[in-house]
Amino acid sequence: MSLTLQDVKRVATLARIAVTDDEAVAYQQQLNGIFGLIAEMQAVDTAGVEPMSHAQELSQRLRDDLVTETDQHEKFQTIAPQVEGGLYLVPQVIE
Amino acid sequence: MQWEIVVGLEVHTQLSTSSKIFSGSSTAFGAAPNTQANAVDIALPGVLPVLNRGAVERAIQLGLAINAHISRRSVFARKNYFYPDLPKGYQISQMELPVVEGGSLTIQVGETEKTIRITRAHLEEDAGKSMHGDFHGMTGIDLNRAGTPLLEIVSEPDMRGSAEAVAYAKTLHSLVVWLGICDGNMQEGSFRCDANVSVRPMGSTELGTRCEIKNLNSFRFLERAIEYEARRQIEINEDGGTIRQETRLYDPDRDETRTMRSKEDAHDYRYFPDPDLLPLVISEEWIERTRAAMPELPVAMRERFIGQYAIPAYDAGVLTGSKATAVYFEQLVAAVGGEAKLCANWIMGELSAALNRHELDIAQSPVGVAQLAMLIRRIGDGTLSGKLAKEVFEALWQGEGEVDAIIDARGLKQVSDVGAIEAMVDQVLAANPNQVAEYRAGKEKMFGYLIGQAMKAMKGKANPQQLNEILLRKLS
Repeated sequence: MSLTLQDVKRVATLARIAVTDDEAVAYQQQLNGIFGLIAEMQAVDTAGVEPMSHAQELSQRLRDDLVTETDQHEKFQTIAPQVEGGLYLVPQVIE
Repeated sequence: MQWEIVVGLEVHTQLSTSSKIFSGSSTAFGAAPNTQANAVDIALPGVLPVLNRGAVERAIQLGLAINAHISRRSVFARKNYFYPDLPKGYQISQMELPVVEGGSLTIQVGETEKTIRITRAHLEEDAGKSMHGDFHGMTGIDLNRAGTPLLEIVSEPDMRGSAEAVAYAKTLHSLVVWLGICDGNMQEGSFRCDANVSVRPMGSTELGTRCEIKNLNSFRFLERAIEYEARRQIEINEDGGTIRQETRLYDPDRDETRTMRSKEDAHDYRYFPDPDLLPLVISEEWIERTRAAMPELPVAMRERFIGQYAIPAYDAGVLTGSKATAVYFEQLVAAVGGEAKLCANWIMGELSAALNRHELDIAQSPVGVAQLAMLIRRIGDGTLSGKLAKEVFEALWQGEGEVDAIIDARGLKQVSDVGAIEAMVDQVLAANPNQVAEYRAGKEKMFGYLIGQAMKAMKGKANPQQLNEILLRKLS
């Protein structure tokens, strides 16, 4: 499988990354290089091997259902661009 | 042409944990904005999610209650999209290996029972809330809800029309509340439905193109949205058009659905396993421990009620409609010391009617178990007739004191004194010679008239059975 220039631009849009036409061409080559590696791996016979969903052979540690956090919103909001009445303000979103 | 409406539901239930699914922030509703959003919830760099055991346990409970398969190993995935109330840029959810797979729920529509298959249930986190109020043209973001645990329960497209969809949603709602895994509060968004609706010619086995209606937070909106949407699709089909697969929103003020986004510009969520979270492993032992701690389920309790209390299946179904009602019934029968059918009648009759009138839950009933039990005992021992008992019930509801005090204060005691009733019957017979003659000549309905006269003369307090017997005896 190889990516078209259009695929690259679509992925960039989905990831909200501004990409110039020149950059898109460069990324297309680089990404296709990665796809080449994937193609090599896919050639390996993995019949009977359980798919891996994490690099470590461990399982999730769980925490007890307890409230351990205190209100620190004032501290957090000192680094926010704009706040009002405890709310973070962002450019208007209309769906 | 006859059309069949096909519905599948995705229900988001907010789990009743104290803390969030991946952080130790509180999930309490109604706090001041952003006071319950910690570094994990607002997605500061370098933080890691740690899964809440309580959320997993609630998912196991639901799975057991619907006879589903509990995955011994499940995986969390990132669902990527950009929206300001989702600060990480992705929602942690489950895609390929959800915690619960399969299962079913039996619903009752009118007289018929139907089994609805459940595809899966997966754990995920909720997003924050956007406020489009007056913020100088900006949007306000409250992240208190971000990270609240949700269990999304997805059904197969097994429902035919809005009535079945509502029955399914109500049954599921009562089950999660019964289990205690969700508070069921629909106004606060603890139980939200998305409906997948399509139509097809009656008799066809292929599914039509579906539209998804998002965020229906009441049973009434669910019903109306499905009805509107099905009508819309049928009209398009009959006009020779084609249905476009899309996401729609229901507007309750206009009672219609409208496009939110179409498939072409639908989000491409680019799911992938979340590297911050290891696979969730659920041991056999944990499942068995959870099973042992589960409450008796509605279906099992209904069967038990039919056997133990010898009440009709219908009554048992109504009484096990909610856990609070079932508990009230069992306590009532215990307090009365029997009379299960009479207890059932009172709960399903007077009590339910009064609760509905005042929009109260049985747990908030001003008439407690002990009071209603005393009232039913006073019917049993002949002090009250059914009619007088209703008057006492009304007084109990108004908070006029205890049963015996109300009976005394209002002079409601039923007259079971044979002598007194006989004397009154004699008077009535003497005062109505024509009617008596007509009765004796074969006009049987005069009996009812004479009973009415006697009852009226005794201000409704005569023991009805005794009055009946005495009048019958005197006339023969």
